[in-house]
Amino acid sequence: MGDIMKKVKVRIQRFNPSKDRYATYDEYDVTAERWTTVLDALLYIKAHIDHSIALRYSCRMASCGSCGMLINGVPRLACYTKVYELNTDVITCKPLPNFPIIRDLATDFKEFFAKHKSMKPYIINEKADGNAREFIQKPEDVEMYLQFSYCIKCGLCYSACPTVGTDKRFPGPQALAQMYRYLIDNRDDATKERLRIVDDRHGVWRCHFAGSCSTVCPKGVDPALGIQLLRAYLLGYGKEKRKKGAMLYSRT
Amino acid sequence: MHMRESSIMKVHYYTGLAAIVLVAIHVLFRLTVPEGYYASLEYENVLANYKNISYVVVLELILITVAIHGFNGLRVILLELRQGNIWESAVRWLCIAGALAVLAYGTRTIILASMM
Amino acid sequence: MKENREGIRGWLNPSRYGINRFAYWLQRLTGLGLLVYFIAHISETSNVVYGKEAWDKMLEFTQTTTGHIVLIVVIGMCVFHAANGVRLYIAEHGRGIGNPGRPEYPYTPTSLNKGMKALVWISMALAAIAMAYGAYILFSE
Repeated sequence: MGDIMKKVKVRIQRFNPSKDRYATYDEYDVTAERWTTVLDALLYIKAHIDHSIALRYSCRMASCGSCGMLINGVPRLACYTKVYELNTDVITCKPLPNFPIIRDLATDFKEFFAKHKSMKPYIINEKADGNAREFIQKPEDVEMYLQFSYCIKCGLCYSACPTVGTDKRFPGPQALAQMYRYLIDNRDDATKERLRIVDDRHGVWRCHFAGSCSTVCPKGVDPALGIQLLRAYLLGYGKEKRKKGAMLYSRT
Repeated sequence: MHMRESSIMKVHYYTGLAAIVLVAIHVLFRLTVPEGYYASLEYENVLANYKNISYVVVLELILITVAIHGFNGLRVILLELRQGNIWESAVRWLCIAGALAVLAYGTRTIILASMM
Repeated sequence: MKENREGIRGWLNPSRYGINRFAYWLQRLTGLGLLVYFIAHISETSNVVYGKEAWDKMLEFTQTTTGHIVLIVVIGMCVFHAANGVRLYIAEHGRGIGNPGRPEYPYTPTSLNKGMKALVWISMALAAIAMAYGAYILFSE
C-alpha cells in the first residue's frame, strides 16, 4: 500500500484553572499517515510546535488508560484512536468531562478512584486467614467476573455517563461494574455488605441503562452489563449464577 | 421514615407495568363506544361511565399507579440534578405531597361524579 | 469550568452514543411530558362535576386542531414510554442482555445487542403507529 498522508488540523482546549477564567482553543497543523494515532499527533505538537500542552499518556497501547480525552465529542483513548478512523480533517481534543481539570488535557482522577475504593474492590473472605490456603475456582466461575476484571480505569465510561454528569454522589459505571465483579466472585463472602453499599438513592438505581459506558469502553468490559446484572441480583434474580463458595484447601 | 431504594424501585416497576394495562383499558373504553369517539365525550356518556363500578375502579387504580410512578420518576430526576440533605428531603416530601394531591383531587372527581 | 461536569447538557444531547442513549433521552422527555399531561388531564376531566356547561366549555377548549395535535403527541409519548419501559424492565432484571464471557476484539458489548437495539426501534414504530391511528380517529370524524 502506498503512503497515504493528509494534513489535519488539531484543536486543543487550553485551560489553566489557576490563571484562566475561560477555556480557549489552540490550533495546530499536523501531517497524519495511515497509522498515526491522535496521541502521536499530540506528542508531535508537544515536541515540535508547542511544549506547553499538558496531557497524560504512558503505555501507548490501550493498556494503562492514561490518555483518555474527549476526541471529537466522544471520550476515547488517544493512543487507540487513529486519525484516519475519525473521517475528518479537524480533530478537537478536550479534557474528559466529569473530571476536574488540572490543566489542558490532564484531569484529576481523585474522586473517580475514591468512588472505586468505596466499592471495596478486593476479596473479603474470613476463611482466607494467615495459613497457606488456596481457593479452587472452576473456569465457569471465573467467566462470571473475568471480563469486568479487564477494566483499566481509564475513566471513559465515567465521562460518557449522563448520571455522573449531574449526580456527584453516583459512583459511576466503573465502580458499579467493579462491585458486581467482586459480588459475583464466589471467593467473596461479603454479599450483604456489598448490596447495602449500592442499594442507595444515589447507588445502582440511578443507572438508567443509557449504555454509553459500554459504547465507549476500549477493553470490552461492558460496564452496563455488570450494572444490570448487579441490579437484577438486588431484585432477587441471578443468584443461581453465583455458585456456592469456592473451595479452600490447605497446603500441608 | 426511609424506604430502601430497592423497595421504592420495585414499586416503580410494578406501578409502571400496571399502568400500561389500566391505561390501555381506559383508552379502549373511549374507542369502543358504538356511536364513535366524539359521542363518547358527550357529557351524558361521560357521566354514565362514573356509574359503572368496574370502570370507576379502573380509574382509581390508574390514579394511584400513574401518580406513584410519575412522581417517583420526577423525584429520581430531581435527585440526580442536585444533591444535599435539605434538597433531597424537600424533593421527597414535595413528590409525596404532589402525588397525594393529584390522587385526592382525582378521587374527589370520581366520588362526586358517581353521586350525580 | 474547573469541575468540568457535563451537567444537564449531557442529558439533553441524545447524540454521540447510539440508539440506547437516544432511548434514554426520549424516555426521560416522554416521562416528564406525560406527568405534565396527567396533571392537566385530571384537572380538565374534573369539569364533569360542575355540570354540562362547564364540561362543554372544556371540550371547546380541547377539541381544537391544536388540542388534537397535542393529544396525538401525548399518544406517541405514552406508547413509546410504555414500550421502552418494558424493554428497560426486562434488561434491568438481567434478561436479554447476554452473559459475561471473555471479551474478543472488536469488543462489541453484549448488553447493547441487536435485540435491545431492535426493541428501541420497535418502541418508536409502535408509537408512530399509535400516533397515526390517533390522528385518523381525531381528524376523520
